[in-house]
Amino acid sequence: MVDPAQFFAASRVVIVAGKGGVGKTTVSGALARAAAMRGLSTLIVEVEGKSGLASLFGQPPFDYDQVTLARGGGADGAADVTARTLTPDDALVEYLEDHGMSRVSRRLVSSGAVDMVATAAPGIKDILILGKVKQLEQARATDLIVLDAPAAGHAISFLRSARGLLDAVRVGPINAQARDVLEMLTNPARCQVILVTLPEETPVNELVQTAYSLEDEVGVSLGPVVVNGLYPQIEGLDADPVAAAAAVGAALRTGEADALAHAAAFRNHRMALQTDQVSRLAEMLPLPQLTLPYLFDADLGPTELDVLARELLAGIEGLEAR
Amino acid sequence: MSPKKPAAEGHTNASKPTKPMGAGASRTELQRLVREQEVIVCTGSGGVGKTTTAAVIALEGARLGRKACVVTIDPAKRLADALGLESLSNSPTRIDGPWKGELWALMLDTKTTFDDLVVGNAESEEQAQGILNNRFYRNISGALSGTQEYMAMEKLYELHQRTDFDLVVVDTPPTRNALDFLEAPRRLTHFLDHRLYRVLMTPTRGIVKAVNIAAQAFLRTISKVVGGDVVGDAISFFSAFDGMEQGFRDRAEATLELLSDDVTAFVLVTAPRRDVVDEATYFAARLTEAGIPVRALIVNRMHPRFAKGDAGATGERANTFAGTELGGLYRNLADFQQVASNEEEHLAGLAERVAPAPVVRVPFLPSDVHDLEGLGLIAAHLFPR
Repeated sequence: MVDPAQFFAASRVVIVAGKGGVGKTTVSGALARAAAMRGLSTLIVEVEGKSGLASLFGQPPFDYDQVTLARGGGADGAADVTARTLTPDDALVEYLEDHGMSRVSRRLVSSGAVDMVATAAPGIKDILILGKVKQLEQARATDLIVLDAPAAGHAISFLRSARGLLDAVRVGPINAQARDVLEMLTNPARCQVILVTLPEETPVNELVQTAYSLEDEVGVSLGPVVVNGLYPQIEGLDADPVAAAAAVGAALRTGEADALAHAAAFRNHRMALQTDQVSRLAEMLPLPQLTLPYLFDADLGPTELDVLARELLAGIEGLEAR
Repeated sequence: MSPKKPAAEGHTNASKPTKPMGAGASRTELQRLVREQEVIVCTGSGGVGKTTTAAVIALEGARLGRKACVVTIDPAKRLADALGLESLSNSPTRIDGPWKGELWALMLDTKTTFDDLVVGNAESEEQAQGILNNRFYRNISGALSGTQEYMAMEKLYELHQRTDFDLVVVDTPPTRNALDFLEAPRRLTHFLDHRLYRVLMTPTRGIVKAVNIAAQAFLRTISKVVGGDVVGDAISFFSAFDGMEQGFRDRAEATLELLSDDVTAFVLVTAPRRDVVDEATYFAARLTEAGIPVRALIVNRMHPRFAKGDAGATGERANTFAGTELGGLYRNLADFQQVASNEEEHLAGLAERVAPAPVVRVPFLPSDVHDLEGLGLIAAHLFPR
């Protein structure tokens, strides 16, 4: 049994990664909300600009400036969830200003030199963002930072940027920045990566690949894997609709027996496939799993997000202490 | 099971000027594109089945008797899996099968494609080698984001121009910025137009000492941030590149022309989830801005509806019989009716935006597709059979 508050406090930065379409942003939001429910103030850092995170919390879109997505307080003692979008340009300007180069900073950005430099040393944009995350982490402005990482294969190059840059840029502030970022990434007390997948074949395969690449090439510590979108169990799906109706003295309409049977067969089939994939994932990757249900009822909003957050808390409590 | 049209449910969209194309007509229209276009670009966000869709389209081209080639950029090699190939190389591989035409496939090797482009444009072997060995170049041609897109378009152009394929189908990488791949061919030429490049190269071309004092200060600042090596590499790259700009520029323009030509059709691929549809909608808007129409919308992974009527009524029956097997059966049916309604609701705006483009729906398939048989199964939902 694991105490969620300790789980979230174990590392100050949680990086959520996964391929497109697996619900990475939803999981980032739910994790942040779960941590906040246990009293940890949480900042979500978003890097791609249009992830739908704001609407998940029922809030207007945000950018570089920090906004509050879910206010804490109240009887349950929840903490705030805040969020901001980090862009390389903004991060660079801020970095240069902090390092006594404010005079040239705007010019560097507006002249497009960042693009040029980013080409000369790929990964520079990523390191600018990660450098900013590191700065936020060290400032301890919030208890936890949840970083919604770039999608798909880009997540690997994003996290690998620090190591790559150490080779490409041997001196100067970028080198120092890369060194600091790598230190954060490889320290389990400061940072862990939570990978998200769907219980489907291709996403599972890719998650396993990503997990090993991240461990080998970045040296980052991996937290539990989140398997998103599992169909919840329903009783009665194996029953014959006609018999089930007769048992309670109900009459079925024309065609209804078929519709009920087909729908039940579909769900049973999908659930069997999902179960297979979950165990396949467990075999291929020896990491604890947290599962989230597929929500049929409506679009995701603050209410559904809280449902998912509670699922995560329950899942974390069920993990075996390490 | 076949993809279903949205069931009429009381409130119809009265303001809509034209009736949306029916499922049958949509499939016929999509097939017409496969029969007539020379290039089909599959675009959309990650994880929506773009790669598989591209393979199915190429397969249909072959089935219709055309010589079709599918180009994929997906690093996960999913297309290779889908086509049952061990590996793909940078030149097309022919896949044998029971179709009238020919099916070819290739997995884009970004670096080799870029190298070929450099060698093809260089004035001498020496110039080519100078570039290929430069560290700045190796960075550009390797993992740099944007290069993949650029090379995909370059390969597309080459295959269209220099080979006898009737149809080239490309699967675009899941880019952060919706139109990265359209802007990609201009990337390098954008550098060549860049102020820094001009500062470095003029007036005495390649001699850094000659640049003016302001530019030197600028360079010093950059060197201070990223280190002098990096700037030095960039300078020697551009020196080596001298004389090749025009070739690259011409090629980039020609590629962009091909993408906006009538022989090219953009097919938007999406899934019916709200966030994915939002992204696809944004994508469609950007394409329209660029003067490129979406010629078809393919929606993968639609949940089946199983029965007419709405989830509310079924849900009530589920509540009435809660705790019994019948209650469970109704609850399950209500779940799928609800999801199907939500999905159609999400799609309505996008379908209207891309109208008169046909909208073709592919239902959630029983399992992942990784063989030709599976591709055929999807084809039966995309095209008239």
